[in-house]
Amino acid sequence: MARAVTAQRKAFNTALAWVIGLLIFFPILWTILTSFKTEAQAINDPPLFLFFDWTLENYAVVQERSNYMRFLWNSVIIAGGSTFLGILIAVPAAWSMAFVPSKRTKDILLWMLSTKMLPAVGVLYPIYLIFIELGLLDTRLGLVIILMLINLPIIIWMLYTYFKEIPGEILEAARMDGATLKEEILYVLTPMAIPGIASTVLLNIILAWNEAFWTLNLTAAQAGPLTAFIASYSSPEGLFYAKLSAASTMAIAPILILGWFSQKQLVRGLTFGAVK
Amino acid sequence: MGRIVLSKVSKRFGEVEVIPPLDLTIDDGEFTVFVGPSGCGKSTLLRLIAGLEDVSGGDIEIDGTPATEVPPARRGLAMVFQSYALYPHMTVYDNMAFAMRVAKQPKEEIERRVSNAARILQLDQYLDRLPKALSGGQRQRVAIGRAIVRDPKVFLFDEPLSNLDAALRVATRIEIAQLKESMPESTMIYVTHDQVEAMTLASRIVVLEGGGIRQVGTPLELYERPENTFVAQFIGSPSMNLLPGTISEAGAQTAVSVTAGGRGVVPVASQSAGDAVSLGIRPEDFQLAADGAEAIFEGTVAITEALGEVTLLYFEARGDEPAVVAKLAGITGHEKGDTVRLTCVPEKLHLFDADGLSFFYR
Repeated sequence: MARAVTAQRKAFNTALAWVIGLLIFFPILWTILTSFKTEAQAINDPPLFLFFDWTLENYAVVQERSNYMRFLWNSVIIAGGSTFLGILIAVPAAWSMAFVPSKRTKDILLWMLSTKMLPAVGVLYPIYLIFIELGLLDTRLGLVIILMLINLPIIIWMLYTYFKEIPGEILEAARMDGATLKEEILYVLTPMAIPGIASTVLLNIILAWNEAFWTLNLTAAQAGPLTAFIASYSSPEGLFYAKLSAASTMAIAPILILGWFSQKQLVRGLTFGAVK
Repeated sequence: MGRIVLSKVSKRFGEVEVIPPLDLTIDDGEFTVFVGPSGCGKSTLLRLIAGLEDVSGGDIEIDGTPATEVPPARRGLAMVFQSYALYPHMTVYDNMAFAMRVAKQPKEEIERRVSNAARILQLDQYLDRLPKALSGGQRQRVAIGRAIVRDPKVFLFDEPLSNLDAALRVATRIEIAQLKESMPESTMIYVTHDQVEAMTLASRIVVLEGGGIRQVGTPLELYERPENTFVAQFIGSPSMNLLPGTISEAGAQTAVSVTAGGRGVVPVASQSAGDAVSLGIRPEDFQLAADGAEAIFEGTVAITEALGEVTLLYFEARGDEPAVVAKLAGITGHEKGDTVRLTCVPEKLHLFDADGLSFFYR
């Protein structure tokens, strides 16, 4: 039964949604605004909102002082690589858990999730030592592997829930039709799960892009992604809010744009199965 | 092509044995129907034959070749699923062509076979559509088409009509019967819980209960001479009446005194008088007993259902005995509370021992 919604009520809801949305977006907006101020204006009291001397100076300085493109490229490789590798491992894993579950499947899923409950810093030391031993410290490969492992439980969980929605009989039909396991996954399961896989990929890219603990602790000059780029503007040279903001804006811009263009896909993926 | 031999095939899921070891041979070109109540293991048995489930014991042979370890695709079988199981992201054409594509068949051959199947099933105009744009009946035809295209040795049907509405079910049932007629050499195995589908389609019926085979026979054999009380009551509607009684005279013929009164003589041999038995009479085999003649059953009518062509009389149950039903031709005019005396020609009587096994198969 549909509830009657009055125009007044609707307007109120819309306004409320905008207020909440702007509240959440405000820190990002403030960062972007600050990036166009001079250092003096950035710490002006009272804070300046829109009426200040807009300048691109900070961007020029940041560009000059550090190689943005290298950090960006590292971020792309690390986020993209870890996601690609993760999906490659998670699709078969989720397939087996969803379609040929054993008595232990539920336990394995819970156990995987439990690894996310461990504070990352708890394993920093051993991982650091392993990375030194394997020569993975400050390499993109090392970060691809570690971020893939960190996010793998989430990828498997998401794919598992999407795959669960797919009737097993369709895969059995493919098997009767003579499809090998590879063909079954490639031509039948994957196309049916595209919305789910796409949103998993997007979410994972965002998670990997924004991941700051491992990327900061396991990199130095070579493999640092944009998180390291931002961090390099925070403390060592005193507080330069405007430049920090410019660096932050440059770091979050790509993922923000990606998120903006794929929001339809993201929402659809995250509600996949809920709406039939 | 398409003879299937199951020897000592069994299946257990964990601790639960759903199919105790059983033997069954399905001959070339037969239309075999597995029928039984839900949970009797009929679908599991079909899936074992298909290879979608691994057997826990025993062997499956298809066309003289051991198939127990062969994956489903290479058993040369095609299956039509209850849910149709069409590939939702593929058009009707692609759905039907999928098997041949993965088998790397030449394009012209695929084209030829798909359009042939589409013509048989009247799907020509729908080849470019996605399954979601089809009606239930059309989807079912695509599922059947997908099977036909593969030109399999054996067709497996897993309750293919249960998702269709009543009218469509009858129409599709007739289509399946015609399909079998047009392909007399192919073997078909069909699973259903609907005895009408079983009786109308099958050349042979396998009745299953609790994972075991209760009887194998032609539809009329099952109807006319059920081997046990389970088959007797499962086939036919309303179910066969079983009147408890004892053997009063043993010999070449057996006279039975019905506990509730009445007496019947069954033309079957028995040894020991006094044994507890059940006298089986189908509701439609009852006749009104003439005045003064001996009755097999006498009871008080509880409910009358006059359907025009037949009248159903439901009698008051005595104690914990099951209520007796009679199906008499025409309109009999009986009302609630009437006492009715019924008899039956001896040839139509069935006799079961205390274990529920028919004397006719001793």
